[in-house]
Amino acid sequence: MDVQARVIAILAEQAVLEPSDVNATDSLEDIGIDSLGLVESIFAIEEAFDIEVPFNANAPQDSDFDISTVASIAKAVAKLIKDQKP
Amino acid sequence: MNRVVITGAGTINALGGSVPATLEAMREGRCGIGPLSLRDVERLNVRIGGQVRDFAPEDVFNRQQMALYDRFTQFTLIAAREAILQSGLEFNGDLANKAGVVLGTAGGGVTTWDENYRAVYEEGKNRVHPFVVPKLMNNAAASHVSMEWNLKGPSFTVATACASSNHAMAQAFAMVRSGMSPVMVTGGSESMLCFGGVKAWEGLRVMSKDACRPFSANRNGMVQGEGAGVFVFEEYEHARARGAEIMAEVAGFAMTSDAADIVMPSKQGAARAMAGALADARIDRDEVGYINAHGTGTAANDKTECAAVADVFGHHADDLMISSTKSMHGHLIGGTGAVELLACIMALRDGIVAPTIGYQEPDPECALDVVPNEAREARVEVALSNAFAFGGLNAVLALRKV
Repeated sequence: MDVQARVIAILAEQAVLEPSDVNATDSLEDIGIDSLGLVESIFAIEEAFDIEVPFNANAPQDSDFDISTVASIAKAVAKLIKDQKP
Repeated sequence: MNRVVITGAGTINALGGSVPATLEAMREGRCGIGPLSLRDVERLNVRIGGQVRDFAPEDVFNRQQMALYDRFTQFTLIAAREAILQSGLEFNGDLANKAGVVLGTAGGGVTTWDENYRAVYEEGKNRVHPFVVPKLMNNAAASHVSMEWNLKGPSFTVATACASSNHAMAQAFAMVRSGMSPVMVTGGSESMLCFGGVKAWEGLRVMSKDACRPFSANRNGMVQGEGAGVFVFEEYEHARARGAEIMAEVAGFAMTSDAADIVMPSKQGAARAMAGALADARIDRDEVGYINAHGTGTAANDKTECAAVADVFGHHADDLMISSTKSMHGHLIGGTGAVELLACIMALRDGIVAPTIGYQEPDPECALDVVPNEAREARVEVALSNAFAFGGLNAVLALRKV
């Protein structure tokens, strides 16, 4: 499974949706993930990929980690894997 | 209904080991937050906190006491001693039978849990010290205060996360006001600055890695502190009859529950608590000169709290001062309201309003007079102390100048 598919699986589980109901262009709001759900999703992503995600819930927009869409999260995760797992 | 006054105060926190030292630091806008010194700190992402430094408990407590007192109990006993000695009260006979101690703590003996989990999980030991349970229990501090000072009346511990000590003090106030007891010892304590305690908070991703900057547009989260604040709440005529020095009057309180979310605060819940405290104290909102904010330095709290103040106070919101002393001593979680009550006492008694330090950029969503960076002289007749906890449990106290 590629990174995006795994990220979608994690977000879908958090949102209590089928992975097939989560689109790459969806925002977290679109799939019903609130701030607490986001923090939980990031934890699940860190555990799944064994990476550290730089994310401060006080200022999500200031993080390097782009959470605007499912695709942007998958892209950011792929970059973190590349950077953190040489 | 009896009037209730404060006749003793004690504390130990990152700003100082006594009330005078703490108030001096608040007047000077000093920051007690710095690099954490604790075991395995290199495994933490958050490495700052408002730690109590230059504190050697073994100089204060003997070997048997050390075996029984978690750090949160040590802090409590030090603060209680200062408060009770200042009050000049001795608890004998009928007074001892009626006077009790109600304290707040969120975590109780967190350090004791941490150390003993290490022993059994990390070091693989199969035996722990016999006093682990009496040391870590949330009521240990209240019980040891009762034993040291012969307080035989109603005594217990309240745990409502970040509002614990405000709930405790509100309860103690209600007991004195109703005539149930002429004197209550009250306040709160917390000591979560150990590896497990900080690691748990890291998980929420609301902690700042550099500073606590409440209400400032560039704030980036809360910073944990530790310590205790303890007060003697006394019935007014009882205090006057013995010529006690009165620091301030506790005039009213309110407690509310958001019934909404386990971590996100609610404007309505906060507003109802502030408005309720004013109504309980029969204070007109225009009389309020100072609010000691909950002011954690998180986006969620600061915006919600400022909006709630604007709702409750209307135009007067622009005339009153609101500061967060957490910028200096950090967030003492279950003990925070107790240490912050000192800032209210300083405003009422000394006419000095503690600042919000670390304030760098105005935030249009927090457009109130947050007393940025420097303390201010002002005559304050009424002060509120806010505490809004995780779980949506709120407690606000109203104090009046005497």
